[in-house]
Amino acid sequence: MSPRATVALLALLAAAGTAVAWARRRALATRAGRRFFGHPAAAWALRVLVFFSLAAALAPLVAPYDPGAQPAIVTLQNAAPSWAHPLGTDVYSADVWSRLVYGGRVSLGVGLLATAIALSVGVGVGATAGYARGWTDALLMRLVDVGLAVPRIFVLLFVVTFWDRISVGALVLVIGLTGWFTTSRLVRAEALSLRERPFVEAARALGASPARIVWRHLLPAAAAPIIVSAALSVGNVMLLESGLSFLGFGVQPPTPSWGAMVADGQGQLATAPWTSFFPGLTIALVVMSWNALGDALRDALDPRPEVS
Amino acid sequence: MRGTAAAAWLARRLAAAAAIVFAVVTLTFIVIHLAPGTPFLPGADRPVDPRLIAALTHRFGLDQPISTQYVRYLSRLVHGDFGYAFSQGVEVATALGAAVPNTLLLAGAALILDLAGGLLLGLMQAARARRTADIALGNATLFIYSVPTFWLGLVLVFVFSIWLRWLPPGGTTTPGLYESLPLLGRLADRFLHLALPACTLGVVGAAGTARYQRAALLETLGRDFIRTARAKGLTERRVLLVHALRNALLPFLTLLGLSLPFLLTGSVLIEYVFSWPGMGRLATDAVLARDHSLVTAVAIIASALVVLGSLLADVLYAVADPRIRRAS
Amino acid sequence: MTAPVLAVRDLKTYFVTPAGTARAVDGVSWDLHPGETLAVVGESGCGKTVTSLSVLRLVPEPPGHVLPGSLIEFEGRNLLTLSAPELRAIRGNRIAMVFQEPTAALNPVFTVGEQIAEVARVHLGVSRRAARALAVDLLNQVGVPDAARRAGEYPHQLSGGTCQRVMIAMALVCHPQVLIADEPTTALDVTVQAQILELLARKQAELGMAVLLITHDLGIVAGTADRVVVMYAGQVVETAATGDLFAHPLHPYTAGLLASVPRLDGARGRLRGIPGAVPPATAWPVGCRFHPRCPHAWDKCRTEEPPLLDGPAPGQSARCWLVSEPERRKPA
Repeated sequence: MSPRATVALLALLAAAGTAVAWARRRALATRAGRRFFGHPAAAWALRVLVFFSLAAALAPLVAPYDPGAQPAIVTLQNAAPSWAHPLGTDVYSADVWSRLVYGGRVSLGVGLLATAIALSVGVGVGATAGYARGWTDALLMRLVDVGLAVPRIFVLLFVVTFWDRISVGALVLVIGLTGWFTTSRLVRAEALSLRERPFVEAARALGASPARIVWRHLLPAAAAPIIVSAALSVGNVMLLESGLSFLGFGVQPPTPSWGAMVADGQGQLATAPWTSFFPGLTIALVVMSWNALGDALRDALDPRPEVS
Repeated sequence: MRGTAAAAWLARRLAAAAAIVFAVVTLTFIVIHLAPGTPFLPGADRPVDPRLIAALTHRFGLDQPISTQYVRYLSRLVHGDFGYAFSQGVEVATALGAAVPNTLLLAGAALILDLAGGLLLGLMQAARARRTADIALGNATLFIYSVPTFWLGLVLVFVFSIWLRWLPPGGTTTPGLYESLPLLGRLADRFLHLALPACTLGVVGAAGTARYQRAALLETLGRDFIRTARAKGLTERRVLLVHALRNALLPFLTLLGLSLPFLLTGSVLIEYVFSWPGMGRLATDAVLARDHSLVTAVAIIASALVVLGSLLADVLYAVADPRIRRAS
Repeated sequence: MTAPVLAVRDLKTYFVTPAGTARAVDGVSWDLHPGETLAVVGESGCGKTVTSLSVLRLVPEPPGHVLPGSLIEFEGRNLLTLSAPELRAIRGNRIAMVFQEPTAALNPVFTVGEQIAEVARVHLGVSRRAARALAVDLLNQVGVPDAARRAGEYPHQLSGGTCQRVMIAMALVCHPQVLIADEPTTALDVTVQAQILELLARKQAELGMAVLLITHDLGIVAGTADRVVVMYAGQVVETAATGDLFAHPLHPYTAGLLASVPRLDGARGRLRGIPGAVPPATAWPVGCRFHPRCPHAWDKCRTEEPPLLDGPAPGQSARCWLVSEPERRKPA
């Protein structure tokens, strides 16, 4: 690996470490922050996420080789990990680490964007259903029932069958639009319980519009489960996207994606297992970090007071 | 609930389930007819004679008004006619008939591993809550739960098939050998082939179940009646396994309903990795071949299974929770 | 006086919290004699419930722990150092406990009959059938009508009062020597309260049990207790026979509690509370713990913590410098 790439890697590790240490110092002042960092996994999760996010964002600086470059030098195909290629090379004789770094852009990007879409729709629908009640609620919840009945992957397979080439943007949209159902139920439940509280009645009496009440009063109160749901959702989306890319239906080459990298390595599983192993391990680590984050957030934002 | 009340409740739930499946079917119909292109052009690669397209369109009744097509579609589905799977060369129903049992076998085996393993792990963690064993197991389950199932499948294939050579890497039976085996040998062969794919799905599922069950048990252990049980002089084992578990099993039953979507999704990926001839494999092949009828059918069947599983979970929960059972 | 059936000496139960160590029970001593009813009174946060839980070691171990050096003597042994099997042999058997929220204290997925029968099977070793019969019989004894049918019902189907009767039945299965009742009537309606208390008194007389009654309600104390222990800030601040306590309370806190009870007889005046609030268990005041709220406090109270000093009446003592220096008592 070139000196630049080595320095970049070390800098990333240092950056992840210091950023989390700084965040932790600031967070320990609040009770939620103390609870959050009370989970040893939480700090590690943050370090992993910061590391990969920075790596993805600064990919051109961090990756030692161009991920699209295929020297096609036969001797360089499926090379075992070495100093020049810390994670080895794949079937296209491209550097696995470089492709991982660039692949992170897609995987993390899809995860975050699709979750943002799912969350927005879910919160919107849930708040509307919970606040409006009556026919609106019944209709929307029936829609949610239907949405929950079809496993997401089949919807995606269905879509891919009918629309031949699916762009990354369309992929993000479809994943997002199939992932809002649980969130909407959550938000609806919160809305239903908060709706009867005095502060909402007071707001209504003061003439606040429903939209304003939802936005300024209901949502902040329901923020905790929404945030937790978001963290967990990113992990799920990443698993879904990598699964699709593994099958060949998701992100199309030459855009690198962690799932596709695992598929690429399938053919030489016996001779060069690292080509499938490292991308899959990366997915596992990042998803694990999102899940750990969700767990720690759930505890930290739990409104129940400390046991006295 | 007394007899008629229970029957009424069940009837309502069945009706709701049927309504959901009906809605799914309708939605697929709408999407199919919204999709660009005609069903006869698998990709705009080669130009096709427009007269041929017109003839086919007429033959398949696609020039009829939408409402007529819809009714035709529904009536055909009710009769079990899902159309023709041109990529397989047989009726869709035939292809499904061969594939669904395989998926059910795989999913069933995985579910048993999932629930049994998850329950055991959850119990072990709750019994030693917040001590080293619990923390270690908690991290392990967190990792396994986050692992992509297809990758875990490949890892297990590498370890058990390629390196240790204990188990076969795919398929349901050993081609060539299977036919010549006696009954016991055949069962053994099938079992060996089922082991890896079922374990892959089962282990990931068990990790999720363990996390869920641990939380349910710990929550139950914090409740007043547990203190009463201890005050009665019961052993910790009895307190955990009789008093706490019976309560924590109630949410466990809902896991049955929640597991099915996971298993069906997993089947798509696992069947691909292990060349298992089930619904998932059928679906991926169909997507590659742009076989619309087959993909649609698989999606509908999958939804129906999810709805059924959810219904089953509801029924089990109602039977198990005396508060609901006795509600009049 | 006869030897106590339950003797507590210098009990200390502390909790580790993020805000520091909470000294919930900080050196509590009292005796419970056979056949007597001893009431432990105080506001919430004074440590009375933790005291009662400590007897049977039901305090959750993290974050709580009982300090070594504490002694709870029962039948010649220290309950705090018993092995787990020995302790289990006593719980529900020789010493039984009844809790505050009866419906929540019963397992919702088992019938009440099963839960009572469980005690018999575990401690008396009787068969399932015999245990079930015993359960029905006990339900009868505690005044549950239609006992045979009720035994097959679940806690959520029963009223709070009936659930409390079930809990009492469960506690009495083995004819315990000591019954600890932690606020047994607080969650119940007033009329039901009276019935439950009457039931407890009747059973106590029948079985010759000693009863440790935890409560914040002085009305209940007046009607049922032989002796009273008043707790404040994790300590015993006064001990006396009931009559003596109500007639001439020594400790200003006791006087304040008595004065704050609205009276139906006598002159109507303003309701008098005790100014201030109970301090947090992580930071008890220096000197006498009550001094910030005490109308009589002087310098000594702020610096020196008083021990329990014997008062004029037999068996009455209070943790107050006024006992030794009564001239310091300010007029009301």
